[in-house]
Formats: sequence, C-alpha cells, structure tokens
Amino acid sequence: MPVHHFTLNGDTVSVEAPEDTPLLWVLRDALGVTGLKYGCGVGVCGACTSHLEGNAFRPCIQPVGGVAGRQVTTIEGLGGEGLHPVQQAWIDEDVAQCGFCQPGQIMAAVALLRHNLDPSDADIDAAMSDNVCRCGTYVRIRAAIKLAARRLRGEASGT
Amino acid sequence: MADPLKPDTAVPVVIDRRRFLTWVVASPALMVAVRLDSSFAQTGPAETEPASFNLYISIQADGRVVATLPRTEIGQGITTAVAMLVAEELDTLLDSVEVRTADADPRWLIQLTGLSSTMRYLAGPVRAAAASARARLVTAAAHRWQLLASRLTTSRGEVLAPDGRRASYGELARDAASVLLPEVSPLPKDVASYTLVGQPTGRIDARDIVTGKARYALDLSIPGALPTVVARPPTLRGSVVSHDASAALAMPGVVGVVSLLTGVAVSAQSFAQALAARDALRITWAPGPASHLSDADIEARLRDGMGSRPLPPLFTARTLEARFDFPYLAHAPMETQSCVARVTSDHAELWLGAQDPKFAQREVAEALGWALTPQRVTVHTTRAGGGFGRRFFNEPAVEAALVSRALGRPVKLMWTRNDDMRQGRYRPASHHRLLAYLGSGGSILGWHHRSVIPTVEFPHGFGDLLTSLVGTVLPGVTSQTFFALSQKVPYRFGLVTQQLREVPIPIPTASFRSVYSSQVTVANELFVDQVARELGRDAVELRRAHLSSKRLEAVLDTVVREGQWGRALPSGVAQGVAVHEEWDSAIAHLVEVDVSGAEPKVLRVVIAADVGLPINPRGIEAQLQGATIDALSTTLSAGLHIDAGAVREGSFADYRWLRMKHTPATIDVHLVRSDDRVGGVGELGYPTAAAALGNALARGTGTLPTRFPILEAGA
Ligand code: FES
Ligand code: FES
Repeated sequence: MPVHHFTLNGDTVSVEAPEDTPLLWVLRDALGVTGLKYGCGVGVCGACTSHLEGNAFRPCIQPVGGVAGRQVTTIEGLGGEGLHPVQQAWIDEDVAQCGFCQPGQIMAAVALLRHNLDPSDADIDAAMSDNVCRCGTYVRIRAAIKLAARRLRGEASGT
Repeated sequence: MADPLKPDTAVPVVIDRRRFLTWVVASPALMVAVRLDSSFAQTGPAETEPASFNLYISIQADGRVVATLPRTEIGQGITTAVAMLVAEELDTLLDSVEVRTADADPRWLIQLTGLSSTMRYLAGPVRAAAASARARLVTAAAHRWQLLASRLTTSRGEVLAPDGRRASYGELARDAASVLLPEVSPLPKDVASYTLVGQPTGRIDARDIVTGKARYALDLSIPGALPTVVARPPTLRGSVVSHDASAALAMPGVVGVVSLLTGVAVSAQSFAQALAARDALRITWAPGPASHLSDADIEARLRDGMGSRPLPPLFTARTLEARFDFPYLAHAPMETQSCVARVTSDHAELWLGAQDPKFAQREVAEALGWALTPQRVTVHTTRAGGGFGRRFFNEPAVEAALVSRALGRPVKLMWTRNDDMRQGRYRPASHHRLLAYLGSGGSILGWHHRSVIPTVEFPHGFGDLLTSLVGTVLPGVTSQTFFALSQKVPYRFGLVTQQLREVPIPIPTASFRSVYSSQVTVANELFVDQVARELGRDAVELRRAHLSSKRLEAVLDTVVREGQWGRALPSGVAQGVAVHEEWDSAIAHLVEVDVSGAEPKVLRVVIAADVGLPINPRGIEAQLQGATIDALSTTLSAGLHIDAGAVREGSFADYRWLRMKHTPATIDVHLVRSDDRVGGVGELGYPTAAAALGNALARGTGTLPTRFPILEAGA
C-alpha cells in the first residue's frame, strides 16, 4: 500500500492507504482527527469541510493520493493556541445548536473571508449555501461572518 | 449513578404548589439528589419508588458544580439553561457549572428528551436541589465560624460572614455533606430577584463546538472499536434472503461480516474499507411490507379513511371545506444514526446519543437475550447531532450490540446518509378535511377537522412523561390519547370537533418535532385564513374576534405591530400570520414571502412567543429560529416520496432543506412574558411558521396551498 506524506494542521504526517481512500476516513480513522464530520460522504452537505492550501474542500470526496505534499487544515488546526476570529465570532453570536455542522461551517466561512474581508449577503449566500445546517442556524451564521469580517478589517464596531 | 441514600432525612422544598424532596447522597463532596414528592399533590409521575429521583448536583472540592441529568443534549440548549438555573440558585459563577448526561438507569423517574418537556419538568427539581445545596453550604460555614446561619450571605461561589470572613463552596463541600438539616431556608429565590436567569446567555459548550472538541458517539476513542456499516435492503424493512460475503471478506482491512435482521453488517479497520466491502456483498433481498405501496396508493388509503361528513349544526347556512395533504418527512439529523458498542459474554456497554436511553437499554437487552437482566447493559448517553424525535428509537444500538457480540470486538456502527434517509422512521403523511359551518350573516357556528394519519409509534418513555406533564395517570399512551391531549383549537368557533383516524400503513414512523401539530395546527391555521377570505374579513381581525386565549392575543398583537401587518408591499410580496398554543407556551408568526420569482422566497420572519419564564432568551430565540427553518423547508421544498415501498430521497441533494441562500437575513424573535411558569420551547416554532408561510403564499398567489411541499422535486 502506498504511503502518503502531507502536512496536517502544521505537522508532517505519513499514512499508508490506497490512493483513492477518501481523506475523511484517513483523517478520522487512521489519524484520529474527529473535528471534521461525516454527514453524507458524497460532497453535498459540507459537514466535513476543511482546508487544502487554505481553500475550502470536501475530504469525503478527496482521495488521499491527491493531497500528497500539500497542506491540510481541519478545525483543530484553525486557531493554533487561541481561537481564530471566526471561531470567536461564532461564540459571540452563539451560533451553534447541535454543533455537528459547525466545524464545516466555520471552515467554509474562514475560506470566504480569506479572499473577501467585506462579504455582501450575496457573497455569503454563494459561499455558504453548500453547507447544510439541519438545526437551522443560518441567521446566526450570517451574523457571525459579518462580525468576524468587521473585526478582521479592524473596525471598532466589531469589538 | 451514585447510590442515593433512602431519603429519610429529606428536606422538602415547595415550588409552584409542588413539593420536592431533597437529600444528601453519600459522597466525599456535597451531593444533593431531588425528586418530586408525588404524595404531596395530584401532579405526580406514575412510578415513585423511594430510590428513584429526578436529578442530582454535586459540589466538588475545587468548587466546581456538576449537575447530572437524565436528559440528552441534542442541540436544544438544555445544558446551558440548567447550568444557568444552578448558578442562579447557588450563587455561583456560570462557568463553574458543568452539566452531564446520565447513563440509562431505571431509577431516573423520567429519562426521555422530548415533547418540549425538559425545562418545564426539570426547572423545579433543579431549583430545589441547588437551593438546598446552598442552604447546606451556608449551614456548614455557620458551624465552622460559630455564627448564626441566617447572618451569612452567598455570592460568586463563596459564603460570606458579616465580619469579612469568607469560604469557598469547594472548601465547605465536605462539611456541607454532613449537614442533614439546613439552618437557613432551602427555598429557591423569588424569580423576580433573578439576575442570571432571564439574561440572554451563550451556550456553555460553544467553545468545544467551535474548536471541534465536542465529541459525538463516533468521535469517542473506544480502543479497538471497529468501523462498521450495514448493507440495507432497497425497500423499507426488506429482509435478507441470502448473502455471499466471500468477496467482501477477502478485501483489505475487513474483519467480519454479520447477518442481522435489518441487513448485513461489515466491520473493518476503517470506514473506507467497510464501505468498500459493503458494496462487494452479494445479497438477495425480500421486499418489505410496503413494497406494494407508492405515493398514490398511500394517498388513496388516507382519503379512503376519511369517511363521510358529519351533520352540520343547526342553522348552518353555508359550509366551507378544505383538504390538505402532508408528506412523509425524514428527521435527517445532521449526525446520522450511530452507536459504539462493546459487548462481552455477560455485559454490554454502549455509547449512544439517545433521546430515550432506558428504552435503548431495554431494546439492547432484549436483542442480546437478557430481557430479564437489563442491568447488564450500560448505555452512556452522548451528545447528539440533532434529534427531532428520531433518536427515540435505537436501531443502531441493537445492531452495534449484535455485531460486537458476534465478532467479540467493540464496534462503532454508522448509518450512511442514504441509510438514514431510506431505512429510517418518518413523520407520517396525512390527509385532512376541515369544515367550517357558517350561519346567516357570516357567524361561525362550528368547526370540524378530521385528520387521517398512519399510526405514529411512540417510544416507551412517552407514557410516564406525559403522565407527569398532565398530572393524571394515563392508562397507556396511545396516539388517540396524545392527539386529544395535544390538539386544541384556540378559537371560539361554536361547536368544535377534531378527530384522528388512524390508518395502518407499514412504513415505520416516529414522532417529529411538534408531532401532530406539524400537520393539524398547520391545516387549522391555513383554513382560518381561507374562512376569513370567504367572509371578506382580515385574517388578523377574524382571529382577534374569536381567539379564546389572552396569551395568543398578546403574541398576535406583537407580530402585527413588529411585523407591520398590512403595510404597503412591493407587488408579488405578501404577508401571512398564524398562532398556536401548546405545552404552556403561545406563539405567533408573521412571514413575508416574495412570489414573483421562479420559486417563492421568504423575505422576512417575525415571531412573538410567550414561554412564561424565559430561562435563556438567547437559547429560546435559537430554538424558534431553528424550528422556523424546519417549517419553511418542509412547507416549501423538503418532503419524501415513496416508490414501491422505497424512499426516493437519499441525501440533502434531493431532500431540499433550506440553505443559506433561501433563508431570510433575519428572523426576529420577540418574547412576551405573561407569567413565570416555564413553557415548552423546542417544538413551539414549527406549526405557526409553516402556516404563516402558507397563508402568505395564498395571499400572494391567490391560491391556497393544500399539498406539501409546495415545490416538488426538480421543480
Ligand atoms: S460529508 Fe463531506 S460533504 Fe457531506
Ligand atoms: S448546528 Fe446542528 S446541524 Fe448545524
């Protein structure tokens, strides 16, 4: 079986798995990283959303072979020691209900804000509509993204 | 669970005319257990063995407070609300309170999370236990300092003496544990003096959730637990005729294949391997009991069950009629059904996000042949990724236990999203006929609503819970009892009759958020608007004229004011309202929808709710917003189709739950407080959101929607 080397949350890791193994299961089963969730396994719910080179992607449909030598970040690697401003905004807006979708929502929001520090409602709709929240927290997700954006732009209104 | 002493030195605490017994449990720290004293009032649960109780709280040497509840956090925010009550009554800091979910145990009086009952039922015991613990801590400090207990005060986790001495709860916990009779009042505070309860407060588990540390069943690291999936039949409750596992067993990582009643399980070293091997199983299936039924057949059966119209009341000049059809719905919690199990020859240990863990314990015990010794089964209740009624049933627990026993290894069993959608349990479809009897001059002489609904299967803990909520011992909770208890028409409409006709349809069911109200109330509120239209009256004015509840008048007035009912709107945009009262709470919704595009788009939602004492307004707002999304989703676009006994929808790709782009930017919630009773919240927001949307659509398009979801798949 081939061995794959990649960077996971800042550390180099090596795992043995067939090329086409979905990264979701490599991360959860082999590497014990459980912040990313299974919600569908076919790329339609967003529960597994994580980052590949800083961009949102879906580990449930990403073969492990394709991430060799690249940077993978899951929710666990987002904030380093403290909290990422998006995580802080999620706490401040009290977004979560059951919480199961939220690691994926947060990773999608961070990826959006990386390229766009002043997202419009339409930008948020476009970036976030592939992530289902079965508990229906969308209104607060939108508010938290805007709060995080204000803070990242350094506006006092965000504090 | 700690072993509670027999409460022979119980301290009674009376709240709201109910009496609670509190007593100290043997433990190194201070541990206080509590139960409702059912001999005191008629409002008592059915089972009252001396050793059974409602919950306990403990104060540890480091000052941390742990409340252990027989309830499950499924996203509804009960851990935060309970922590707030504990911190309030104890005078300690919110972040020093931890709330744990108890394992399944027959000694818990009620161990079921549902019917919006958790805070209604537990607020009293929580307040009693915390107040009693505080009184004991004060007494312990008084003994230590040789002061009168009545001269001491408490604040932020400390007892304070007038001379400036202070002692933390942690230091006092051990002494307090030997205080049997407190020397200050163990009565809870007056609600009017609350400073934390009633303040909008963020969830206590928010940080764990946003950092990915929150653990759901499959995130637990149970050593050696094998990833396991089950190949399931194409039709609902189909069965295995024969299977050939040779190819699957030869695949990498596969540890074993186990035949079950529900399908064929494969365990492997990873879920990737288990899923691949599952696809390699060759199975011959027998069709399930519903395989002769498709949507049209089901609809015909429901219509056939309706029967003839009753005779109208005397002086009826005109009868209005409407019929409504609601579809089967999947609960589709974000976390699919899952369970970790470790079964040995004489004991089983399970980790499960159960809404009725005692039922899980019993079901697993029966499946393992231990029906008479269910204590051999330990069920650890984990946090769950949504429930909505689905987790009253425990199929994954039974499957995981059987596979673990067969393989002699611990397993973590996961249902795929397809499994969850297609082999689950469902909110049943229904057909409704409403009749409004009008007198001459447009008076309403009578209202008749007959619902034809396939029988809903209730979990085994429902009877006890309902008994405790309604205060009368119910012989056995059937759908009919539950229907009669929960379905009310809150209007003075003359002679009102509501009936449930049950039709047996072999499709598995489970109650869904708001149970019958998700259909019956919605149909009623749509028809109220239709009657108003027929009479040429305003929908709000007609409601105001007939409402039989002051609380409903208040919430209706609030949405009318805050939502500016009747304001000038752009063409193609319309408003709708609806009201509902249930489980000691009242609610009104106002919805604005734009019908000018290809698909209706909800622009604005305004909610007013009276839930009595709002323990955590922020959590209540979240529940009402979430239930609104459920209702908008299932009214507009999400519903199931049955094709020859199989569920067509398989994931969120075709089960079209609302997404960010479909959701209005704000859902405003206004809380109205008429008294300090704790009302239900979890289910409250569904029926009025659905009906207000339907009413807005009717006004916008000129056509009353009668079939749901309005947008069929692919439309
Ligand atoms: S689990 Fe990856 S998108 Fe659903
Ligand atoms: S918080 Fe439960 S699915 Fe989003």
